[in-house]
Amino acid sequence: MRDFWSRYKRNRSAVFGLVVIFLVILMAATADLLYAFDPFRLAGKPLSSPGTNGFLLGSDSLGRDVAAGIVHGAKTSLLIGLVATLVAVFIGILFGALAGYYGGQIDNILMRVTEVFQTIPSFIFAILLVAILKPSIYSVVIAISVVSWPGVARLVRGEFLSLKNREFVQACHTLGMSDLRIMLREILPNCLSPIIVIGSLMIATAILIESGLSFLGLGDPNIMSWGFQIGAGRTMLRSAWWVCTFPGVAILITVLAINLVGEGLNDALNPRLRERN
Amino acid sequence: MKQKLLDIADLYIELPKGADRQYAIQKVNLELKQGETLCVVGESGSGKSLTARAIMGLLPQPHVRVSNGEIIFNSEDITKVSYERLRELRGSEISMIFQEPMTALNPVMSIGSQIDEIFRYHVDMSKADRQKRAVELLDDVNLPNPEQIMRAYPHELSGGQRQRAMIAMALALKPQILIADEPTTALDVTTQAQILKLIKDMQKVYNTGVLFITHDFGVVADIADRVMVMQHGIVVESGPVKQVLNNPKHPYTKALISAVPSLSPRKAKTISKEKVLEVQNVCKTFGGGRGLFGFGRPSRQVEALKDVTLDLYNGETLGVVGESGSGKSTLARCIIRLMDTDSGAITIEGTQINMLKRKAMRAWRNKIQMVFQDPFASLNPRIKVGDIIAQGPITQGINREEAIKRARELISIVGLDDKSFDRYPHEFSGGQRQRIGIARSLALKPEILIADEPVSALDVSIQSQILDLLDDIREQMKLSMIFITHDLRVAAQVCDRMAVMQYGEVVEIGKTKDIFAKPQHPYTIDLLSAVPGKDWKSSASRKPTKTKTKSKS
Amino acid sequence: MTRSSKIFKFVLKRLLQGIPIILAIVIINFFLLNLADGDAVDVLAGEAGSATPEYMAELRAKFGLDQPLPVQLMVYLKNVVMLDLGYSFRHDMPVSELIVDRFWPTALLMVSTIILAVGFGILLGLLAAMRLNTWKDAVITVFALITYATPLFWVGLMMIVVFSLNLGWFPTSGMENVAAFYEGWDRVKDIAVHLVLPTITLSLFYLALYTRMMRASMLEQYGQDYVITARAKGLTERRITFVHVLRNALLPVVTMAGVQVGALIGGSVIVESVFAWPGLGMLAFESLFARDLNLLLGIFLLSSALVIVVNLIVDIIYSLLDPRIEVS
Repeated sequence: MRDFWSRYKRNRSAVFGLVVIFLVILMAATADLLYAFDPFRLAGKPLSSPGTNGFLLGSDSLGRDVAAGIVHGAKTSLLIGLVATLVAVFIGILFGALAGYYGGQIDNILMRVTEVFQTIPSFIFAILLVAILKPSIYSVVIAISVVSWPGVARLVRGEFLSLKNREFVQACHTLGMSDLRIMLREILPNCLSPIIVIGSLMIATAILIESGLSFLGLGDPNIMSWGFQIGAGRTMLRSAWWVCTFPGVAILITVLAINLVGEGLNDALNPRLRERN
Repeated sequence: MKQKLLDIADLYIELPKGADRQYAIQKVNLELKQGETLCVVGESGSGKSLTARAIMGLLPQPHVRVSNGEIIFNSEDITKVSYERLRELRGSEISMIFQEPMTALNPVMSIGSQIDEIFRYHVDMSKADRQKRAVELLDDVNLPNPEQIMRAYPHELSGGQRQRAMIAMALALKPQILIADEPTTALDVTTQAQILKLIKDMQKVYNTGVLFITHDFGVVADIADRVMVMQHGIVVESGPVKQVLNNPKHPYTKALISAVPSLSPRKAKTISKEKVLEVQNVCKTFGGGRGLFGFGRPSRQVEALKDVTLDLYNGETLGVVGESGSGKSTLARCIIRLMDTDSGAITIEGTQINMLKRKAMRAWRNKIQMVFQDPFASLNPRIKVGDIIAQGPITQGINREEAIKRARELISIVGLDDKSFDRYPHEFSGGQRQRIGIARSLALKPEILIADEPVSALDVSIQSQILDLLDDIREQMKLSMIFITHDLRVAAQVCDRMAVMQYGEVVEIGKTKDIFAKPQHPYTIDLLSAVPGKDWKSSASRKPTKTKTKSKS
Repeated sequence: MTRSSKIFKFVLKRLLQGIPIILAIVIINFFLLNLADGDAVDVLAGEAGSATPEYMAELRAKFGLDQPLPVQLMVYLKNVVMLDLGYSFRHDMPVSELIVDRFWPTALLMVSTIILAVGFGILLGLLAAMRLNTWKDAVITVFALITYATPLFWVGLMMIVVFSLNLGWFPTSGMENVAAFYEGWDRVKDIAVHLVLPTITLSLFYLALYTRMMRASMLEQYGQDYVITARAKGLTERRITFVHVLRNALLPVVTMAGVQVGALIGGSVIVESVFAWPGLGMLAFESLFARDLNLLLGIFLLSSALVIVVNLIVDIIYSLLDPRIEVS
């Protein structure tokens, strides 16, 4: 563990990313203290530019506080990103582990299914799912998970395929160990590093998909989110640039920070790759 | 008087900060003359490969560099010449072949265009001339159908063919020096013998000076004129081949040479008549599967085992010897039920175990266990050594305290420190890991032990320790053992009887002594005559080093 | 077997593999249709304003909606095979005709995006890898990192703010200036000017992706043994980079280009709706608000088929680059 941290902190941009994520989490956690009101409510004069009428980042055409929206939207983005990723990683591990471990026809069938889901253009599929299930925080999470798991499944399958032929796994067979135990206790711990890395990068992608969905008006109508703010502000682009700009910056910084952390994790967990350059 | 080609004086190569030592090699001096073969011998980490790279100016820049000394090639110091000059020398005056010809060749370029490049970048020749010359070269290295090989890609050739193509490439411009970095280590013995002969022949034709890097004293005995032995980056001994091999001065050289197993078989024990394992007419075929919906042609079939029959008698060590692809590992995996057989019978104590269901097989796991080849792949890096050893008994339903007690005993039996129990595998060296693997296999108190190339991934000096350990254990625990190996020297020292396998068939089986003295099958004869250094050290038998092996390996 | 016949077999095999995938997608499509609240008759009735339950039941019988699900599925499959994707009541047109109309603008946008993203991505990645740890590498890496983290729609809006509203270089929306009635080259020029911002917007993310991949792939290939062989042969660094390393490094990037096509089509929904580009994406966006499910599913089906076709093309390119493909 100490090894891991000392390798991680060697990558300065990864440490920067971690600090930024920490700040975003802090912002999300204290949203109800910073702006202790519903971010949808009319807070003052519409279309105030940043710094006027008591609006730090201005207000939109309905007089909603952009800064309050960003702070409350952080909760939405992080929550959806995290939950959707966890669900997708779980499905992916399940599919990948079974396919990679058993091989043969099971692998064939599971991988065909995965291939179908990989062929479907994911964003359009997500739009369809949310449109059919009716926009809500649940349908958004379901849609993002459903389109994100195939990547994990492929990765886990590959790891299982190569690890199951390793001699230490064969040794477990010669000891008479059960399949379930071999999968969970012997193989899975050895592919956690790449899963953690891909998982962290998937949180970033999930946040981007969520913002895209709510930009198109497919977010939960009762929950403030960054994509919704931008979508609502786009008609005012000419007169009120700030409504679109600041939530976009929030997305950019958050996603960038998560990507930096993901890369840092990759370097720290797979030190071999780093030595090459 | 032969002309001196290469003169290295006081060469130091510095490693980057944080490496396990400051210098990869220190104060290395060597000379190479025309038509001469100098063997550089050492175990892994001795700095022998970096020395070779330095001569080509191919050290991994910028971290590893020559910090002192000179490499004089025909009165030019290679460490000081311009990059352009260095490039001119590479491939035309000094060329190099490598251990793994598969990765050393570009996978997406044809052999022909990879040879062609050398001419294009060094001499002025027309395209037709270059083509013609390349075909001649491929013919010179005895590749069949050179025109076809020109168009082939590396993955379409066999290991031996790839290495021949590499040699053709290296000798294309008749270089003065050929550096060969373990060029036969990845090859089978019979192929190795052919490649060594090819290098020798080509050397005679071109009067090339050959710098040959190897860890195998058998190879040294076959091809070297002079020998240089390296340890931890320092030259510990050098001299003419006869002198170094037959009369080594330095203790390290002595230890290395005495660790090489002799080819004359050890005295066989009297073999009991009681069969503990019978393998009858076992067949196994790979491939032949079809796609999901059953259409499409079945994939290519390989008959890995053809009608294999052999018995294992109580208390003996039966060697199964063969080259890669002979089916010896498949046989081991079928016996231990890591793979299913297609037909035939594998019988222990009257029960045919190859037909047992997974669950029913579990009880038989107590009888038969396996030691694996690669000590770095055979231990789960995430599990502590003690738990790895105790896993078996726990899986078999023995309570945890008992299992842990047994694991501690075994750790001391295989010669490891008691503190090893709570450590992770990565804290151990290759030899120590192999001891852990052996302890794991013994934890179930098996009667039959299958050892699948247990020493082939280890340095020679450690090999003998592990072989001694296996021998001790076999006697102590009254084990019967099946010993899979490709190395006839090891087989000679370990096995009471041996079975020779080729293309999935047992072509010859008998007492080790008899087979070595009078091989019957033509393949066995080939195999025995291909063993490197067979004329050297065939008389001197291995010292019985029966000292208890507390390992420092 | 000769190489060309090997490639032919490989392509044929991939083509055959595409069929079950398309079939599976059609089935998913059917179930999504059934998952939605209300069927075509509800929509029709809603359109008409009022309808008696008897009339609705009659309509259901007419459309076969009273049949059991498996029968409906078979009918649906048959229709899809006949390229009948249903009827868009909103546009009062068969879905297939609507889709074909709107396909070409999207195709134009996609092709220009792929050329820009893959071409420049490879170039920038190559440059960064060759100038490893210099300021050029640093600039390219930072650029790729930032664009990789930026949402498409936001980039689009910012582009409009800067290049259309403030600088006035490019139009804010649409594919051509319909009111100007341009013809011939003038029309081509007009469309080209309209194409610039949407293409750049859609490319940026993928440009970043391919740049990063190409850089990593080049670095990985530089570490391979065959590079040492090439140096030992006395080849120039130029030849090693452009002939030996480049070709090997392109392989994973080409594969990735195929994998990303689906995502690219998804991105076009956003970009087209931002720039009011009259393609499939825009159509999807419109049908979303009109709750025109038939149309949305039709677009979904077509875009999936498109992914399969592009993947096939990528496979062919790949098989030309890598001699190791086997028909196994």
